Amino acid sequence: MSKNKISIIHSGFVPLNIENVDTDQIIPARFLKATTREGFGKNLFRDWRYENDDETKPKKDFALNNPKYRGEILVAGKNFGCGSSREHAAWAIHDYGFRAVVSSFFADIFKNNALNNGVLPVTVSESFLKKIFALNEDATISISLPDQTITIDATGEKENFEINSYKKECLINGFDDIDYLINIKSDIEKFESARSI
Amino acid sequence: MSKTLFEKIWDKHIVKTIDGGPSVLYIDKHLIHEVTSPQAFAGIEKRGIQIFRPKQIVATADHNVPTLNQHLPIKEQLSRLQVETLIKNCANHNIELYGLGHPYQGIVHVIGPELGITQPGMTIVCGDSHTSTHGAFGSIAFGIGTSEVEMVFATQCLLQSKPKQMRINVNGSLKKAVLAKDIVLYILAKISASGATGYAVEYAGSTIRSLSMEGRMTVCNMSIEMGARCGLIAPDETTFNYMQGKKFAPQGNDWDKALQYWKTLYSDDDATFDKEINIDAADISPMITYGTNPGMGIGVNELIPSDSAINEGDRPSFEKAMKYMGIAPGAAIKGQKVDYVFIGSCTNSRIEDLRLVANFVKGKHKAKDVEVWIVPGSKQVEQQAKNEGIDKIFEEAGFQLRQPGCSACLGMNEDKIPAGKYCISTSNRNFEGRQGAGARTLLASPLSAAAAAITGHVTDVSELI
Ligand code: SF4
Repeated sequence: MSKNKISIIHSGFVPLNIENVDTDQIIPARFLKATTREGFGKNLFRDWRYENDDETKPKKDFALNNPKYRGEILVAGKNFGCGSSREHAAWAIHDYGFRAVVSSFFADIFKNNALNNGVLPVTVSESFLKKIFALNEDATISISLPDQTITIDATGEKENFEINSYKKECLINGFDDIDYLINIKSDIEKFESARSI
Repeated sequence: MSKTLFEKIWDKHIVKTIDGGPSVLYIDKHLIHEVTSPQAFAGIEKRGIQIFRPKQIVATADHNVPTLNQHLPIKEQLSRLQVETLIKNCANHNIELYGLGHPYQGIVHVIGPELGITQPGMTIVCGDSHTSTHGAFGSIAFGIGTSEVEMVFATQCLLQSKPKQMRINVNGSLKKAVLAKDIVLYILAKISASGATGYAVEYAGSTIRSLSMEGRMTVCNMSIEMGARCGLIAPDETTFNYMQGKKFAPQGNDWDKALQYWKTLYSDDDATFDKEINIDAADISPMITYGTNPGMGIGVNELIPSDSAINEGDRPSFEKAMKYMGIAPGAAIKGQKVDYVFIGSCTNSRIEDLRLVANFVKGKHKAKDVEVWIVPGSKQVEQQAKNEGIDKIFEEAGFQLRQPGCSACLGMNEDKIPAGKYCISTSNRNFEGRQGAGARTLLASPLSAAAAAITGHVTDVSELI
């Protein structure tokens, strides 16, 4: 199901300067009991966000609770999204309002899940990531999917990022893999009968 | 052209390749469970399409189920709803379900192999990252997200780009009391929790060859903890002996034909790997983790790294982990008090694991303040344990033998470790809150866990054998 198209994102960001952020942190297992895709955003990073699971006690030093950090871009340390394959992690990030996650390294399954849900994973170099973490709270970032660039607006510092051309097309046009696969069903049937001979 | 084991299987399953993009990979077997399937069923219903190949799907209920009194309705309302939704979806779409009460019910990665559903040369997926377990049979098996579950429902295919190839060779004989779990925790400590991201990992070498199928599954299970797309081991006599006579394994002529094919499944001598790692089995001791990712492991007699031994860039994460664990950098892990012992999960809940533990604890009793949960991986494992009298040994030792499910591996069902408590666990993840909010997990082998159950603290099990 295609969530939205992505082309250019220009916004503030939320810095999460932590490495190996696993999907159990992004959305703890106890919130996986839903049978629909909606509403996961309110439990995003639940145990890092609140004291003793209490919504009236936000942890002050957690970036999501800092009103000065705002925007559609989440910036995190390396190996983001490792661990469980739960797509709920990507749903929670999208539902909260993020359209892109920037890190120097993404775990495989998370990257796929993000791409399938209208969240753009942007891989940058360690040094570029450091520069972003060093920015002021009110700094903004621009991400252009067509140009495959990420730019720190204040300084103009820019880096290119990789994405395969098929996925890029999908995101820009709002297509998804399942549409593609359904369209080639006759090829799949042919493949099946060829291998059963 | 020479190929790796992975490439041989991969090439046979490619329907077509998109220019400049991924390939369409055909999936032989699709395993599903209650947590990651409901939205996928809803998705295809919304599109108004049928499940393409329902006969290639098998379902079970494992993540959310209680492990006591499984004959009673599930107490927790949302868990019950999820399990009921699975029952309804499987009935509506003609999918075989081994749900609660069925003699084949169990953790999805335990039942696939023990029923012979998992076979060499296959492509296998499941909406669960530990699908890598099935690679122990020489298959390409990996975890997928719910959108991908929907794709396989709709077309029996996925779009995938080919991963890079890595081989990890483990050679030589293992020291006393060192198990498959220690091998994989050792590899993780060496290459880190992201060390194999982007790779398919083949495990090879004399030590791997000497492992039982259960041991091989334990190793492949944790491939995902290194970030690998999948882990696999070439099938051999051990594999074929295990497969023979399994419920859904090929029979008669089909068996002979299958066997012929399976015997071609190995990496050619001159196949090239993008990366190769060599490990000497003699260097591996009983392992234990001290931190909050599975790469943070040490030999049980080693000291936890001190701050100064950690790269400056990695220090904030390290300090955060140590604070969460309530463990001092530079200290010994041996002697650390434990409150709970959990022997179970798709990593270590097979009959061999239970036998090993039973053998070790026979005639011993658990320490006073420790709670010990043994959770078999499946109904069949549970039954086998009872047939062999293993249940009696556990009872006498003060260990609780519960009913099959994921249990305390993830804080989703009723089995949770309370905040601040230490649990030595045979599962695969020690992430913050994995076993319950605030729970502190020490990952180890079944023998190390059993030793801690007896002494009440982290112990070098080789000293007790
Ligand atoms: S036992 Fe743990 S790791 Fe295995 S499938 Fe269940 S929850 Fe996942």
